[in-house]
Amino acid sequence: MNFAELELLRATAKEAIKLRLGEEPSDNYKYHVLVCGGTGCISIGCQNTLEALRKAIDSHGLQDTVKVVVTGCMGTCEMGPVITVFPEGYYYCRVQPEDAEEIVTSHLKLGKYVERLCYHAADGSVQPRKSDMTFFKKQKRNALRNCGLINQTSIEEYIAMDGYKALAKVLQEMTPQQVVDEVKKSGLRGRGGAGFPTGVKWQFVLDQKADQKYIVCNGDEGDPGAFMDRSVLEDDPYSVIEAMTIGGFAVGANKGYAYIRLEYPRAIEHFTKALNRAREVGLLGNNILGTDFSFDIEIRVGAGAFVCGEETALLASIEGRRGEPRPRPPFPAVSGLFGKPTVINNVETWANICPIIINGGDWYASMGTEKSKGTKVFTLAGKITNTGLVEVPMGITLREMVEDIGGGVPGGKAFKAAQTGGPSGGCIPAAYLDTPIDYENLAALGSIVGSGGMIIVDEGTCMVDLAKFYLGFTQDESCGKCTPCRIGTKRMLEILERITKGLGKEGDLELLIELANSIKASALCGLGQTAPNPVLSTLRYFRDEYEAHIKDKTCPAGVCKMPRKGLKS
Amino acid sequence: MATVTLTIDNIKVEVEQGSTILEAAKKIGINIPTLCYMKDINAIGACRICVVEVQGARALQAACVTPVAEGMVVKTNSAAVRASRKMTLELIQSNHPQECNTCLRNNNCELQSLSEAMGLKEIRFVRPAQSHSKDDIDNSSPSIVRDPRKCILCRRCVAVCEKVQGVKCISAVNRGFETIVAPPFNQGLMDVNCTMCGQCSLVCPTGAITEVDDTDKVWQALDDPNKHVVVQTAPAVRVAIAEEFGMEPGTVSTGKLVAALRRLGFDSVMDTDFTADLTIIEEGNEFIKRVTEGGVLPMITSCSPGWIKYIEMYYPDLLAHLSTCKSPQQMFGALVKTFYAEKKGIDPANIVSVSIMPCTAKKFEAQRDELKDSGYQDVDVVLTTRELARMLREIGIDWENLPEEDYDAPMGLSTGAAVIFGATGGVMEAAVRTVYEVITKEPMPDINLTPVRGMEGIKEATLKVGDLDVKVAVAHTLGNARKLLDKIRAGEADYHFIEIMCCPGGCIGGGGQPIPTNLEVRLKRIGGIYKADEAMPIRKSHENPAIKAIYEEFLGEPLGEKSHKLLHTYYVPRGVYRKPEGLPDKVPSGDHH
Amino acid sequence: MGAECKCHCEQDNKLDALFAQYKGNPNGLIVVMAAIQETHGYLPKDLLIKTAEELGVPLSDVYGVATFYAAFSLRPRGRHTVNLCLGTACYVKGAPEVQAMLEKEMGIKAGNTTEDRRFSLDLVRCLGACGIAPVMTVNGEVYPRMTAEKVAEVLAKYE
Ligand SMILES: Cc1cc2nc3c(=O)[nH]c(=O)nc-3n(C[C@H](O)[C@H](O)[C@H](O)COP(=O)(O)O)c2cc1C
Ligand code: SF4
Ligand code: SF4
Ligand code: SF4
Ligand code: SF4
Ligand code: SF4
Ligand code: SF4
Ligand code: SF4
Ligand code: SF4
Ligand code: FES
Ligand code: FES
Ligand code: FES
Repeated sequence: MNFAELELLRATAKEAIKLRLGEEPSDNYKYHVLVCGGTGCISIGCQNTLEALRKAIDSHGLQDTVKVVVTGCMGTCEMGPVITVFPEGYYYCRVQPEDAEEIVTSHLKLGKYVERLCYHAADGSVQPRKSDMTFFKKQKRNALRNCGLINQTSIEEYIAMDGYKALAKVLQEMTPQQVVDEVKKSGLRGRGGAGFPTGVKWQFVLDQKADQKYIVCNGDEGDPGAFMDRSVLEDDPYSVIEAMTIGGFAVGANKGYAYIRLEYPRAIEHFTKALNRAREVGLLGNNILGTDFSFDIEIRVGAGAFVCGEETALLASIEGRRGEPRPRPPFPAVSGLFGKPTVINNVETWANICPIIINGGDWYASMGTEKSKGTKVFTLAGKITNTGLVEVPMGITLREMVEDIGGGVPGGKAFKAAQTGGPSGGCIPAAYLDTPIDYENLAALGSIVGSGGMIIVDEGTCMVDLAKFYLGFTQDESCGKCTPCRIGTKRMLEILERITKGLGKEGDLELLIELANSIKASALCGLGQTAPNPVLSTLRYFRDEYEAHIKDKTCPAGVCKMPRKGLKS
Repeated sequence: MATVTLTIDNIKVEVEQGSTILEAAKKIGINIPTLCYMKDINAIGACRICVVEVQGARALQAACVTPVAEGMVVKTNSAAVRASRKMTLELIQSNHPQECNTCLRNNNCELQSLSEAMGLKEIRFVRPAQSHSKDDIDNSSPSIVRDPRKCILCRRCVAVCEKVQGVKCISAVNRGFETIVAPPFNQGLMDVNCTMCGQCSLVCPTGAITEVDDTDKVWQALDDPNKHVVVQTAPAVRVAIAEEFGMEPGTVSTGKLVAALRRLGFDSVMDTDFTADLTIIEEGNEFIKRVTEGGVLPMITSCSPGWIKYIEMYYPDLLAHLSTCKSPQQMFGALVKTFYAEKKGIDPANIVSVSIMPCTAKKFEAQRDELKDSGYQDVDVVLTTRELARMLREIGIDWENLPEEDYDAPMGLSTGAAVIFGATGGVMEAAVRTVYEVITKEPMPDINLTPVRGMEGIKEATLKVGDLDVKVAVAHTLGNARKLLDKIRAGEADYHFIEIMCCPGGCIGGGGQPIPTNLEVRLKRIGGIYKADEAMPIRKSHENPAIKAIYEEFLGEPLGEKSHKLLHTYYVPRGVYRKPEGLPDKVPSGDHH
Repeated sequence: MGAECKCHCEQDNKLDALFAQYKGNPNGLIVVMAAIQETHGYLPKDLLIKTAEELGVPLSDVYGVATFYAAFSLRPRGRHTVNLCLGTACYVKGAPEVQAMLEKEMGIKAGNTTEDRRFSLDLVRCLGACGIAPVMTVNGEVYPRMTAEKVAEVLAKYE
């Protein structure tokens, strides 16, 4: 395929999805019914809903005017199976096979939407269309731009949504340095957790002289409670493939690796399919779009180790070794995969690249806060009404996230805290609900943006127990290479276990804090350096809960099983 | 050379670019403590004992792996640094058996001395879980014990085994708190491709890998009035044993060693050097025979049991290149229970043959099935230099004031050629001294064969011997051996004779030598070896009168029937992980014994 | 699939192709081991030895890798693999109770295989389906919003 053929394909492909974009289509279709085929919805039975819908449509003879499309996650996984009906974008939740008939007869035949299936907000109001929904109103979707809107592995639908426009632009009009400059200008910071400026990283690699360089996509997504990367890989794989190709052009690499965790079989499946399709049509492989630029991507499947998300461990794992981090410097940009200069970026980081190239770095930098530009994907989970996937401009307040988008805490319980950044992060208590979310503010509160996992806990959650949970996780996932993390996290966990069993003693908290600070200061890699954070942060805001466990031998939240009060250990 | 200037503890220092903070600090007399670091071999930043404060860095940095940078400001002794090191030590000790008093490394343990130096006062954790228990101790090998309870996962052993020996039969296994350094499938060292060289035991900072302690067996024999206990001492022990008593490495203490052994009560104290000379005669003749009669060349020396096990496992197809000579230890053992027993009129069943070796692999060698040509196990107990020192400390030897004594006859007399067996290149040099003169029937102009001396990994030389250009090569460490063997396999080696020693520097750097054994110490011991050679009245094996006598009295002639039976052996193709197909059970095959 | 296959001939072909592809190349270690795990359900010792020989990786490293990654198993596994998510979202929504019930029903602790090799029970950290927590999968099939009460009913579907 060459540039002209790409534009030709785009023109026809665009026609076919115009209806979804609110434009007048030239074909016969009056409706596009999008059925969410994301992992959440699949597991809750969207397959049956889909079949029932198809049958109903056929039986009413509507197959030529109603197009059924299976898409990726629409964002409200808690309410699956979800379907969206275009052109208006009516949003139906928890659609059972029995509901198919009514959707067809009422909506698709008579144009009357089915109110009982629409989203009902906490205040009881009905929000029938996407555009009406508070869940979507405050969102701004860049990385997730195609998720839930197009068929997951159709390269035509991707191209229709301006796919490969960025690559074409780069190959036709830009020098590698210009590409890097644009990314720098955007202010995009790595979405994998550390928030390092992506353009600066690319510049390092561009500046290296080497016979071989590599591009790596970090799709290990190990933070329990975060699933944005899974969604992008499953639902919009081409956006990552195109971006990695652009990255290859920008720094002078012709080989990329996508490291995807084993726990995401559908992501692996879709990504593989997409790679094959892209190769088939000449958008990947030798002489892309007829130019002399060649680039290919290989998938490496993670084998179940959280620490492999750490970049040097990930590289070791691609090289076939134990995923043990190594000291930096040298940084991967200088000596990375197989000892060669390597760009390693997170899935969501990659997903932001194409819009930046198309719309310019300034456009991206116009969103967000001063030091944290653009949009960030968060996964809302835990004790929250609308669990799911959201993308918001940096700087939105925690309250907006929890109350407006998340629909508040269910069951009439009170919000207690939001845990951000997973096992490396910390909790933010109710007092700080009005904090604008960005890298700096969360750090000041003793937490981090991290990968964007946001777990909401209510008054029924014991913070000591939660800290113990996270420490149990990091202790379990420690690679065991360095002393502070290998033994230190174990000792911290032992102390917490004692405390939650009512066997805490005076001095425990002091030792815990001393140990935590020591591990943070001396561990080899980010895992150990951040493992104590959940403990330190819960201690900072909920020290009284710890003390209740130790001194009064009670668990205020009633979670920990304590021996009867007064019983001496 | 580009340099970088930085400030460490308020002192400005200029060092080469690419140096680490550790190296820079050393330059101005600041010793940053380390545990996992080993120069050139292990720089993995794992133990975190060497952390320092670097201005502007978010966390503490490991000095052993952090390169210096222009204008860097480092603090090596701040409160944060001290607290962190102490906590790290406290953590290590919280997962460590508190049994220094009964540990082989008591008083020579890096963990122990660090704990003392850092002023560790208390381990504050309540009933801390232990990652490993006594059940995990690996006693399978006759040479080496692994006690994972004492392992601090510095991985120095893994690095040595991999990078120096090219074996890597141990590796990090499991992850997190359960991590352990072990052979695959939790097998014992005896059941995997370990060469028993003991290099791992030399570099282990703690008592997690040690020699098998056989001192009790020797005490028992010495205490038994019905046993005649004979001891032999290897060449490399005499330049190392004194270190155990606070003397400089390389101090030659042959006479004190003999005296000390007598104090322990051995009935006869003789010298492995005697059979080293004998080896030269047998091996020299074997070499001449191979050259003149068209045998397998290059011929490779066979006195290092670590090396022998290695070639049996990794290059079983090349076993025919090995000299069939037993090692000096085993020649000695075979002669003690035949020649010596006969001469002394002692029933060999009542002889206990003990050897003092620089080597852990010798313990394995002594137990090999085929080395029983005297009708008994030729060598009964092998003690390393370290074990001997332990016995001597037990009886309160005052090393400094020991007299110098001479070895007993008839196997105590030896030459300078035998002494140099202890250093890499020594066997080659000794052999050349003899082969040259046997072939040319003329004295060698300069018997010091300097091109094969020293610590370079592979050394080569070509010598004119009569009208023959003899091309020789010398390698020490198995990593270097591999390079030569690959050349042979590829048919690219035009050498006649190759010496291979398993351990870095040869036996002076053997796995049973005093700790520390590092490059500096090795060089000093090598210095001692050549000093001892020069001090010897006779420096060529074929001029040793006791050797001439034993051929006349007992052995007959070199490569003769009796020599063949007692002094030569065969080898077993083992394969690395399983028996190789298509190779005989032993090499040379046929009827050997 | 693999479960009915007795002689592994198809699988062996696939493995042989991988062995050929990565001959003498240690970088292929995890790829090859993942293929063995997939075709055999675990990592048989003889195949690991073969892997060490073919790729030129010390067996100790092969074993070190096998014991590092959770996806690799050195023992034969059950006919059905039950993965319970113990990620944060699932944890705060009650996964520990589901775990207790699973362990009770199967009579084993997580991380093990039942005596009759019917089930292997593993705990995983976030399946990326937190929206429908707590999540459990059996042979890859997803069971959303698990409760202790549902456990017996789900297990009964698998013989
Ligand atoms: C313990 C640990 C786990 C990590 N896990 C991930 C992960 O799952 N995904 C990811 O993209 N980055 C992860 N990171 C961050 C990476 O090391 C690296 O910074 C990132 O992939 C760089 O990409 P970015 O700049 O686009 O964020 C992890 C870091 C640590 C220390
Ligand atoms: S007992 Fe309850 S309140 Fe206390 S730590 Fe545990 S869960 Fe929390
Ligand atoms: S901090 Fe933990 S995960 Fe990181 S290297 Fe150390 S032991 Fe491994
Ligand atoms: S290894 Fe060292 S610290 Fe440990 S018991 Fe032995 S002497 Fe003591
Ligand atoms: S050092 Fe202390 S513990 Fe050790 S023996 Fe002496 S008094 Fe006892
Ligand atoms: S004895 Fe030698 S071969 Fe065996 S583990 Fe130690 S270093 Fe490796
Ligand atoms: S056995 Fe010794 S050298 Fe090896 S890792 Fe353990 S402590 Fe270090
Ligand atoms: S070189 Fe010496 S010490 Fe080392 S294995 Fe060989 S004989 Fe033993
Ligand atoms: S591998 Fe082939 S022969 Fe074996 S069972 Fe499967 S299909 Fe049959
Ligand atoms: S999977 Fe369907 S809405 Fe997320
Ligand atoms: S000596 Fe530097 S980390 Fe171990
Ligand atoms: S925490 Fe269980 S699926 Fe994410």
